[in-house]
Amino acid sequence: MSLERQNRRTFLRFALIAAGMFGFGYALVPFYYQICAAWDVRNIESRAERPANTQVDLGRTVTVELDSNTHKLPWSFRPLVKHVAVHPGEVATVEYEVTNTRGVPITGQAIASYGPQLAGEYFRKFECFCFTQQTLQPGETRRLPVVFVIDPKLPRDVNSIALSYTFFEVEGRSAAAAGDRS
Amino acid sequence: MSSVVDSHDHDHAHGGHDHHDHHGGYSGVMRWITTTNHKDIGTMYLWFSFMMFMVGGVMALAIRLELFSPGMQFFNPDQFNQFITMHGLIMVFGAIMPAFVGFANWQIPMMIGAPDMAFARLNNWSFWLLPFAGTLLILSFFTPGGAPGVGWTLYAPLTVQMGIGMDLTIFAVHILGMSSILGSINIITTILNMRAPGMTLMKMPLFCWTWLITAYLLVAAMPVLAGAVTMTLTDRHFGTTFFNAAGGGDPVLYQHIFWFFGHPEVYIIALPAFGVISQVIPAFSRKPLFGYASMVYATSAIAILSFIVWAHHMYTVGMPVTGQLFFMYATTLIAVPTGVKVFNWVATMWKGSLTFETPMLFALGFLFLFTLGGFTGLVLSLVPVDIQLHDTYYVVAHFHYVMVAGALFSAFAGVYFWLPKWTGKMYDEKLGQVHFWLTLIFFNMIFFVQHFLGMAGMPRRIPDYPLMFETWNKISSIGAFGFGLTQLLFLYIVLKCIRSGEPAPQKPWEGADSLEWTHLPTPAPYHSFETQPVVK
Repeated sequence: MSLERQNRRTFLRFALIAAGMFGFGYALVPFYYQICAAWDVRNIESRAERPANTQVDLGRTVTVELDSNTHKLPWSFRPLVKHVAVHPGEVATVEYEVTNTRGVPITGQAIASYGPQLAGEYFRKFECFCFTQQTLQPGETRRLPVVFVIDPKLPRDVNSIALSYTFFEVEGRSAAAAGDRS
Repeated sequence: MSSVVDSHDHDHAHGGHDHHDHHGGYSGVMRWITTTNHKDIGTMYLWFSFMMFMVGGVMALAIRLELFSPGMQFFNPDQFNQFITMHGLIMVFGAIMPAFVGFANWQIPMMIGAPDMAFARLNNWSFWLLPFAGTLLILSFFTPGGAPGVGWTLYAPLTVQMGIGMDLTIFAVHILGMSSILGSINIITTILNMRAPGMTLMKMPLFCWTWLITAYLLVAAMPVLAGAVTMTLTDRHFGTTFFNAAGGGDPVLYQHIFWFFGHPEVYIIALPAFGVISQVIPAFSRKPLFGYASMVYATSAIAILSFIVWAHHMYTVGMPVTGQLFFMYATTLIAVPTGVKVFNWVATMWKGSLTFETPMLFALGFLFLFTLGGFTGLVLSLVPVDIQLHDTYYVVAHFHYVMVAGALFSAFAGVYFWLPKWTGKMYDEKLGQVHFWLTLIFFNMIFFVQHFLGMAGMPRRIPDYPLMFETWNKISSIGAFGFGLTQLLFLYIVLKCIRSGEPAPQKPWEGADSLEWTHLPTPAPYHSFETQPVVK
């Protein structure tokens, strides 16, 4: 084969590769969307906001046991009912009552925990006193609501969930609140 | 697309070097416009790249002038952004890449014992596309809205919104890409098909090897960039929504496509530089290159890895941690073949009879500073560190250590190394060394301090900065002006060499051993190796 023909053949081969790579650039577009879908990364709305089936699952009843604790805090803190029965998907409201028994204003923060622990994933709170810090004046009593729904995807073997709140003192804030008063 | 066999009617020049003043059928400007000679075209590439280096350099000085003091002094933020963008585009596509294509044109045929490039007329066209692309880029400054101020990476969504200057830039990128692809195919064909008898691939000088691999990278990567800017163009004017979020497109997609080209581009610039250094260091160590085969394999490994690391430029876009880890490990892996190269260069010098003429000085400067740039690259490859340093001056310092101290130093080393062979005259050694030391000092003055600025959190591409960054910015700006002036000295040295240099011997460098030194007189005749030498 003459050098000229050989050169022409090499040229064509690489020109084809170049043209193919131009196409490859475009092929990256669907590829990108596939990868994003596979890894679930390209969602305009965050996962929590995504609409899901909100139908109430009347065939199941889950008992929610309410529990309350304080951690080194002179507050009395109790749920108004000990337990409540709800259907998954049903919006329910429960209330707690908290009283500051000390003579100074105190700020507390409630932390929720769940038993069994995995139930926490399916426990959706719309409204909760644990979202913000609570400052109670001396002797003040406050009723604290929790509005929640249990995700119907809750595993079928979970029949009862213990919802337990523990109040911790937010120390800097308490002192500041006391300072405000004096 | 004509092969060299019929591109010239100079069969009478066969075997005689006394015909080297025979420059085809034209004289004056037409000689340069119509030339198909690889040496002429190489010369034009080199001068074009030097002119673009000056244009891009003036923009760099404008940037440093504005950053000399905090507050806004000379330019408004739009103009500042335009300088940043055009500085990057012109230096990458107009200065560094054409410089190494110029070296390839001059050297590859001589080094492999070929009479010319495989496609001589195509070669002419590849070069003459460049001035048009350069003109389009510079013209964009004078359009309504000015040049694009989007950064050299041309990220969407800004590119979808810019004025007509953006369209000129897109066409310029198309033309530059076409020129690079054609030039690369030419180089690949020349190397694969036109080596002298006995010149096996594994006997080629390493410069030819690095260029062969670079040309493969260009053929694979440039079309992807062409695709990306074409998508931008159709988003702007033809109603597609690849990147336009308003129509459901995704700007992050642009970043992925761009960097799929962009990271191989880094090695497109670096590999020919490695090649020049691999010629210079053995010549001045008077020893063959240490670990030739491992150099070839390391170069190939770098080239292959360069296609699977692109997303390390965009750790902060919100990719899954799995993705970040993959790209982090792949990136750190590149340090292995690069380390092989650095150790091989050092081992080449080990127990060599070293002398330190200007090309060697630039090669050593390259070795130190490029390795430093490689280390900061390793730092930036780590996801948690990069998230802190992303888009700070640390990144600016890092890539200028690789681009300037890497590619530019190597280009200087190459020019000083081959200037005697090209012109037949010696450059002024003393001035060359002055040029090296000033370049070295001013380079570090500009960029070393930018590491500190980046660590302290100064963002890149912003024309103003808080007072606390003032000292380092002043030092950096002073260094920049010193660096710029020093390059005028380089111009003077080259002109002086061409006009009134001492005649150079056939082999001015004792340790140089490739064909252009051993088989060709100095200056290299206009037509060389029309009868191919036999390599044993």
